[in-house]
Amino acid sequence: MLFVFKTAYEQDFGLFKHAIQRNCYLVLLVLLVVAPFVLERFYIGELSELFIWCIAGTGLMLLVGYTGLVSLGHAAFMALGAYTNVILNKYGVPFPISIILAAFFSGACGLVIGVAALRMTGIYLAVATLAFAYIVEKFIGQGGSFTGGHRGFRVENFEYFGVYLNDPVVFYIICLITLLVTLWLLGNLLRSPTGRAFVAIRDSEISAQAMGIDLVRYKTLSFALSAGITGMAGALYAYKIGYLYPETFTIFTSIKLLMLVVVGGLGSMHGIVFGAMFISLLPQIIALVRDLLPIWISQRRGLEPFVFGSILIAFLIFEPKGIYGRWVKIRLFFSQFPMYRKSTFKRQKSFLRTERVH
Amino acid sequence: MDISQLVVTGIANGCVYGLVALGFVLIYKATEMVNFAQGDIMMLGAFIAFTLSSQLEMPYYIVVPGTILIMAVFGMALERGVLRPMIGEPPFAVLMLTIGLGFVLRAIAGTIWGHQPNQLITPYSGGVIDIAGIRLDYEKLVIMGGTGVLCALMFLFFKFTRIGVAMQAASQNQLAAYYVGIPVNRVVSITWGISAAVAAAAALMVAPLWWIEPGLGLVGIKAFVAAIVGGFGSLPGALIGGIAIGLVEQLVGYTIPGFGETGAYVFLLLMLFIRPEGILATMQRKKV
Repeated sequence: MLFVFKTAYEQDFGLFKHAIQRNCYLVLLVLLVVAPFVLERFYIGELSELFIWCIAGTGLMLLVGYTGLVSLGHAAFMALGAYTNVILNKYGVPFPISIILAAFFSGACGLVIGVAALRMTGIYLAVATLAFAYIVEKFIGQGGSFTGGHRGFRVENFEYFGVYLNDPVVFYIICLITLLVTLWLLGNLLRSPTGRAFVAIRDSEISAQAMGIDLVRYKTLSFALSAGITGMAGALYAYKIGYLYPETFTIFTSIKLLMLVVVGGLGSMHGIVFGAMFISLLPQIIALVRDLLPIWISQRRGLEPFVFGSILIAFLIFEPKGIYGRWVKIRLFFSQFPMYRKSTFKRQKSFLRTERVH
Repeated sequence: MDISQLVVTGIANGCVYGLVALGFVLIYKATEMVNFAQGDIMMLGAFIAFTLSSQLEMPYYIVVPGTILIMAVFGMALERGVLRPMIGEPPFAVLMLTIGLGFVLRAIAGTIWGHQPNQLITPYSGGVIDIAGIRLDYEKLVIMGGTGVLCALMFLFFKFTRIGVAMQAASQNQLAAYYVGIPVNRVVSITWGISAAVAAAAALMVAPLWWIEPGLGLVGIKAFVAAIVGGFGSLPGALIGGIAIGLVEQLVGYTIPGFGETGAYVFLLLMLFIRPEGILATMQRKKV
C-alpha cells in the first residue's frame, strides 16, 4: 500500500496526488505524443475521434458528474459548434479563431437556455435541452444555403504554412492539445471555489444554498461552460467527418454522450476517458456480437438502442460509479489483499425529502 | 381547413399529452422520481390492446379492462425489478435510468410487433357527430370525455382516499411516512401500477386515432413539455398544459406548415422565460 506523506499545504490542492501519479501521466503523455509517428493511419484517425469524444465528454461530465444536472440535448451544442465553425471558415475566419468563436457561440446559447430553464429544478433543464435540440435540428435542416439544409455540405480543408488540416498526424496533434488544455482547465476549475460550488450543488442544493451559493448563477455558469466545451468538440468533429448534415447530431448522439459519462464514472475525470473509450468501442463490439446471434435478433433495427439502454440501466443500478469506480475497487482489492472488505464501498442510501412545499 | 376544426384537433391531441403527463405527475407526486419512459409505457399499452383485440380477437369490453390490468401489473413489476434498487439514489440517476428504459422498451416493442404501423378498431370507430357545424369524430369525443373523467378520479383519489393521502405523505418525507406506519415500498409500487394503468387508458383512447408503432412513445416528450408549461407536479396543470401545447402545435402547424412541433418547443422555451413555474404553480423552493 502506498502512503502519501504530506509535507506542504500545496499538496492538498495540487493537480496530482503524488509524484508517482504525476510521472505515470507524463509517461502516458510521451506515449501519446509518439503514437502518431509509429501507428498506422487508421489508428491515428480512431485516436483523434476518441479525443474528440473525450472533449465532448468533459463538457457533459462537468454538468452531469459535477453539478448533478442532466442535459438530453448536448448533441445540439455539438451541432452548433460544428456549424458555426464551418460557416465562419466559409467567410474567411482562420481555423483556430473560428473554433474558439464556435465554442463561445454554443456557450452563449447554453447561457440563454440555462437562464430560462435553471430557475426551477433539474428536470426543467432536461426537457428544455431536449426541446432545444429539436429546434436546432429543425432550423439547421431548414437553413437553406446558409446551413446547407438537409443535404448538408462539405467541410473545406485548410492549408497553413504547407501543412493540411486533414492530415491525420496534424489533426491528431490538434485534438490532443485541445483535449489536454480542456482537461487541465477542468482540473483547475474543480480545485477552485467555483468548482467546489458545483460539487456542493450536486450533493445537496439545500445545504449549498445555506452556505451562500447562488444556485441559479452557478448552475447557469456550469451549463454554459459545459455547452461551450461540447461546442468546441463539435467544431473539431466537423473536420473529422468532413461532411455535415443535420442528422449527424441527433438525440441518439446526446444519449451516447450521457452514456459516456455514466459508464465512464460520474464525477471523475478518469471516467471521461474510460467512457469515451467505451462508446468508441461499443459499435465494434455490437458488430462482433451481431454475427453470433440468431438471425431473428441480429437483423432487428432495435438492437443497438436496446444494448445502449440496457447498459445504461445496468450501470446505474449495479455500478453507479462506472468503470472508474470498478477500477478503484479492483485496485484497492490488490493493495489491501487479503484484507479487502466489500463494505468499504457500501452505498449510502438517503431517504427522500421533497423540496416542494405542499 | 377550418379554424374550429384545428382547435378541436388541438384539444384532442392536447388531452393525450395531458393524460401521459398525468401518469408521470402521479409518480412524481408520490415518489419524486421522474419517469421519462411514460410515453413508452403508453406505447406498450397500445400494442397490448392491439394484440388483444386484433390478434386474439377478444370483444372490446374485455380488451379495455384487460389492457389496463396487464399494464398495471407491468408497472408494478417494473418498479419492483428496475426502480426499487434506485430508491435513495440521486434524482438525476433515476432520470437517466428511465431514459435508458424508454430505449429498451421501444426496442422490445419493435422486436415483438415490428415497425409497421397498426391501427386499433373499436366499436365506435368512424362515427362522426355534428355540433354547431363542427365535425367531431367519436374518437376525439371519447378522448376529451375520458380525460375529464380520469382527471376528476385522480383528483378525488389524492384528496380523499387513504392510499392517496399516504402517497402524498411518502412523497414529502419517506422516513417520517415510514415512522407513522405507511408501508412506503408498497405505496411506491401501487403508484407505479396506477400510473401504468393511466398510461394504458390513454393508449386505449389514442390507439384508434393514431398509428400504433414503437415511435408512439415519443409523445412522452411532448407530455413533459405539457407538464412543465402547466406547472410541474400539478394534476390539473398537466391537463391545461397539454391542451395549450396541443393548440399551439396545431395553430403553428397551420400557419407555418411543417413547424407545428417546433412551435410547441419554442413555446416551452418562451414559457420558461416568462413564467417558469408554469400556468398553475405548485413548485416553490423550500426556504432554508
